Amino acid sequence: MADLPKTPLLDELESGPFPSFVSEIKRAAEKNDMSKDLLGQLEQSYREKIGHWKHGGIVGVMGYGGGVIGRYSDLPKEWPNISHFHTMRINHPSGWFYTSKSLREICNIWEKHGSGLTNMHGSTGDIILLGTTTDHLEPVFEELGKIDFDIGGSGSDLRTPSCCCGQARCEWACYDTMALTYDLTMHYQDELHRPAFPYKFKFKMSGCPNDCVASIARSDMSIIGTWRDSIQIDQDAVREYADKGMDIRSDVIGNCPAKCMDFDGKELHIENSYCVRCMHCINVMPKALRPGKDKGATVLLGSKAPIVEGAMLSSVLIPFWKLEPPYSDLKEIVDNIWDVWCEDGKARERVGEFIQRVGLGNFLDAIGLEPVAEMVAHPRENPYVFYEDYFEEGDEEEEEKG
Amino acid sequence: MATFTLGEVSIEVDEDGFMLEPEEWNEDIAKALATTEAVDILTEEHWKLVHYLRDYYLKFGIAPMIRKLCKETGFPLKKVYELFPSGPAKGACKVAGLAKPTGCV
Repeated sequence: MADLPKTPLLDELESGPFPSFVSEIKRAAEKNDMSKDLLGQLEQSYREKIGHWKHGGIVGVMGYGGGVIGRYSDLPKEWPNISHFHTMRINHPSGWFYTSKSLREICNIWEKHGSGLTNMHGSTGDIILLGTTTDHLEPVFEELGKIDFDIGGSGSDLRTPSCCCGQARCEWACYDTMALTYDLTMHYQDELHRPAFPYKFKFKMSGCPNDCVASIARSDMSIIGTWRDSIQIDQDAVREYADKGMDIRSDVIGNCPAKCMDFDGKELHIENSYCVRCMHCINVMPKALRPGKDKGATVLLGSKAPIVEGAMLSSVLIPFWKLEPPYSDLKEIVDNIWDVWCEDGKARERVGEFIQRVGLGNFLDAIGLEPVAEMVAHPRENPYVFYEDYFEEGDEEEEEKG
Repeated sequence: MATFTLGEVSIEVDEDGFMLEPEEWNEDIAKALATTEAVDILTEEHWKLVHYLRDYYLKFGIAPMIRKLCKETGFPLKKVYELFPSGPAKGACKVAGLAKPTGCV
């Protein structure tokens, strides 16, 4: 194998204290010509300040419309080994729990059929296998199938659902995020593999309001664990924190956004009806405070990164559900949302943008959900009141007569 | 760019095998392109889908949204994948001689 291309600009990225993708590509380049050309093309891009990937290709495996993203270099003569460099998205296990054996098997398949380079994991959560040619797609698909891995979502389809590690490792998880993620993944296989939406749709499940997978910002439907009774308090443990030097008034109470707590030096009091479930007090005093006992989740809708419209956060759709298998309520509402959005959504319009365009009132009407106060995104901020109910048909005529 | 040749048919295609000059499309080209998408024989149902896509493309210059395609041809999405196993965007649009649909990853 020829020497690695000279990469003075990329080498700078190895000089800092952090792990470097450049070192990783160099390591792969010792075994693999694709990675060698990738280094060369990237160095050229840095030098010229121009990206050398063409926009979008359409490749795939039989029976699926998503999960493989075609990539082509616009300099195939200079860098022939990456003239085709397709990405495959592979559905990760819920909570990203692997055995080292399965990781080895995935890597072996990819070293055999692709560049050997991976992203563990992409933003959607999938295992990203970087760089292969069209004729290797079916063999990779087949070999992954033998070790029980499937391709994930891409394009205008349901993207691979993902979640935090939930009750598997975390004491704060208010519902079983991994079970729900697995259930939705299996239930919506059609929507995952055969794109038919106006645009992408993402589910992310977080077990508690700490929202470790940032579902409120990164998923069209954010399902975040919460509780509807009172925060559990162990007063002895609170005093122990105080005795050991924690300034409860400033570090706990002072940072409470709802100002719903009080500490008289002996007892911590929480006015739970004012609590906004920010998790701050629980995070600082994990031995003393716990989420309540009546646990479930809030379902929110509409977040997205800025592409067509600006970035949006999800807002409340269902204030509280217990969320237990078989999750029929959730699936019903999801099906209704998809029906309405697919029917009237424009191409490349995320569900959040769709709601903004048609109005939340019309949207709720269409999906058959009653409006509730919790859906107001910013309470006490909107001075406008809509008196629709005060006007009945014929009112105007009577006024005119009068 | 590559040239795709099969029998009498010889056309310019992009790296994914889509026609570079969609206006040159005819039914012989469709038959030839179908062989690259695991469709050996174009049945009446295949043609219905292909002609719908073709007409829509000539009228509007883009491919229709999938839901519209299913509704107007009366084929459920599963049926579309049965006809064109590589899917409507890759398989059916290619055979119908559309320019490559732009998709977001």
